[in-house]
Amino acid sequence: MSIFQQIVDWLTDPAHWRTTYGAAGIPQRVLEHLGYTALAVLASAVVAIPLGAWIGHTGKGGTLVVGIVNSFRALPELGLVILLVLWFGILNAVPALTIALVVLGIPVLLAGTYAGIRNVDRAVVDAARGMGMREWEILLKVELPNALPLMFGALRAATLQIIATVSIAAQVSLGGLGRYVIDGFSNREFDQMASGAILIAALAIAVELVLTGVQWLVVSPGLRKSGARKARATSRIHQMAVKSASEST
Amino acid sequence: MIEFQSVTKRYPDGTVAVDALDLAIEDGGITVLVGPSGCGKTTSLRMINRMVDPSEGTVLIDGRDVRAQSPSALRRGIGYVIQNAGLFPHRTVLDNVATVPVLTGTGKAAARKRAAELLETVGLPAAFAKRYPAQLSGGQQQRVGVARALAADPPVLLMDEPFSAVDPIVRDDLQEELLRLQSELGKTIVFVTHDIDEAIKLGDKVAVLRVGGRLAQFDTPSALLANPVDDFVASFVGRDRGYRALGFLPGHGVPVGPVSSVPVGTAVDTARGQLTDGWAVVVDDAKRPLGWVSADLLSSSGDAVSAENLISGGSLYSVDAESGGTSGSLRNALDAALSSPSGVGIAVDSGGAVVGGITADTVIAALAEARRSGEVPT
Amino acid sequence: MNWLLNNLDGLGPIILTHLWLALVPVVVGTLVSMPLGWASSRWPVARAILVPLSSLLYTIPSLALFVIMPLVLGTQSLEPINVQVALTLYTVALLVRSITDALSAVPESVTTAATAMGYRPIGRFFAVELPLAVPVLIAGIRVAAVSNMGLVAIGQLIGVTSLGLLLLQGSQTSPPNFDQIIVGIVIIVLLALVVDGLLALLGRRLTPWARVGPKAGAAT
Repeated sequence: MSIFQQIVDWLTDPAHWRTTYGAAGIPQRVLEHLGYTALAVLASAVVAIPLGAWIGHTGKGGTLVVGIVNSFRALPELGLVILLVLWFGILNAVPALTIALVVLGIPVLLAGTYAGIRNVDRAVVDAARGMGMREWEILLKVELPNALPLMFGALRAATLQIIATVSIAAQVSLGGLGRYVIDGFSNREFDQMASGAILIAALAIAVELVLTGVQWLVVSPGLRKSGARKARATSRIHQMAVKSASEST
Repeated sequence: MIEFQSVTKRYPDGTVAVDALDLAIEDGGITVLVGPSGCGKTTSLRMINRMVDPSEGTVLIDGRDVRAQSPSALRRGIGYVIQNAGLFPHRTVLDNVATVPVLTGTGKAAARKRAAELLETVGLPAAFAKRYPAQLSGGQQQRVGVARALAADPPVLLMDEPFSAVDPIVRDDLQEELLRLQSELGKTIVFVTHDIDEAIKLGDKVAVLRVGGRLAQFDTPSALLANPVDDFVASFVGRDRGYRALGFLPGHGVPVGPVSSVPVGTAVDTARGQLTDGWAVVVDDAKRPLGWVSADLLSSSGDAVSAENLISGGSLYSVDAESGGTSGSLRNALDAALSSPSGVGIAVDSGGAVVGGITADTVIAALAEARRSGEVPT
Repeated sequence: MNWLLNNLDGLGPIILTHLWLALVPVVVGTLVSMPLGWASSRWPVARAILVPLSSLLYTIPSLALFVIMPLVLGTQSLEPINVQVALTLYTVALLVRSITDALSAVPESVTTAATAMGYRPIGRFFAVELPLAVPVLIAGIRVAAVSNMGLVAIGQLIGVTSLGLLLLQGSQTSPPNFDQIIVGIVIIVLLALVVDGLLALLGRRLTPWARVGPKAGAAT
């Protein structure tokens, strides 16, 4: 039987879709994967977006952002997850994982928000100030809406980074779709490993598509084209941070 | 000579950019292609160096079809200057200028030596050689662009709106500089602009094109101002063309009369005795005009005529102007008279010293005389 | 720190292996992405295929891609080539988009001037467009090199030995060997920072023109 047939068989085996005592099914693993991801993305956003917006608006601390993004990029995901989970102990594995994921997510979102705000045409901000808007009004009504394309790009990049890192959490006895790869590897079951990999890839692509759709709905139509063009006029920061995201629109 | 022989450019979507253009561009002069946007002037220019190939017709340089050689070989022998200069940001000013000689196989050292000379020719200090384009102002970049186009010493220079992105004062400098360069180099220059004033200032001949790529008129600037062939050309040439046409008539027929002048520092009482019709021009030690005093002004002055307390004068009429532009023309003379507070225009020599005065009446009389003697083109 | 002192001898080879696994894909990826980026900046059709494909590829998490690789390549699942090909794909995916954008961003006046001076398309690419794309190219290579340092460690989860071995071994003893884990993390971070720094230096050497600002008074 070819390996492809084995994978199809594994994926279509009803037993793998049911959660029974002692064995989680695919839907259960997907929910775990999404749960860890959502928690971490949310926590990263709560910290990074206000901070990035503030730094971007005032222009103070920009070099700090570059520094943080630069050094945090170098952290190995696997090392971070293993270290934090073992340190906190298996009982606190989920908070430990979340912290690791947030550490990876914040720099991306921070840089994206910062770059998004800084990229807003200064003439537009000047005009807003000239019309008598207060600083917080400028930030909320002018800068943030204009920064949305880049911020969304960063959000997608951070989310993908987190989904990818959740896949390796199975190494430290956590759930998620990575379980199939890790378990399959230790049991020498390549069909299970490959099926797990395909599920992970499919989940990542699905989430990316959903976020792209949301972005399309949320971002002002006036920015859709120019958003892509601005992303091209890249500053060094979002070259590093937004990596994948913003150009695919 | 550059010849367009019934050249047409039609794009796949059906747009006709240039329509059956016949044009013969003489060697050694500046020929300006001018017209509103969509008149095909840039397209025509770009057909000379095959940046665009015609759909029909032939472009010849010195009787030879431009298609006889490969585009890159052709282009290396033709200078090209564009708006915003298009300098290479990653190369120094010197290496930008040396680009074409290096392409054509001149050694790097020789090319750089030549480039350094050219920087001087276009009026840039040698210290600029090692700078990058980002460190230069727009006007300086454009000078480098001109030097780069001249580097291989091409007989033909194509200029596509080269000065339209710089501010008016810098543009004026660059135009003067181009006229000066051309008087030294005598290249065949084809110059594209949408600015009729630039065309009239720079062109030995001006081709006015209309939308749809048709040639409306090909003439000297003065003939264009005096005798536009139709309403389109007349309206494109613009308002005040009668007045602007005076810029092409020499002012030597205007009699320069005496003008009352007082040196700065003259006692007020003495100065009062010098006024003619209540006015006198105040001059410095070298007899250069500083401004005017009137009877009213003197009565409120202190003991002596002071350089700080004068009525500012109008434009100056140069009696022996050698430089280009309109100085020394009837337009220059009339403007000097009209802009003077006393109604008397100040005539100065090449050193800037006052040599006399002229009035609007004498200018108009000189114009009438010129018309009678057939000096005014009709 | 005892762990570090007791195991100093074994670290050299494993560091070299790690660098080899991480950097060969950067080199190969850079070479492959240049013609692809050129093609996609030149032909809209190529762009319409390559850019979305790159995005899609970049979306797939590394662990998944490592496991899927043998299915595509027909290799055995433990071979390092799986990790290297996967990382090469990421590098290409990242750089193709950067290069496409960088080449498209070269001002039209500059390319027009180059053509008018008699450059042929290939000559123009190497003399003008590629040098102008270098800052973006180097930025992309830096991102790829640094992220590869971390991703190589993940390859350990499917049996491809690298510095990830220190992380896994340290986590599998009871109690966990934190020294070993931390040493692993620190070495990976240091390698990433050193490579990043060297690349940044290279970028500066290649692009002296990118660091000049307009001089005062030269603002028009």
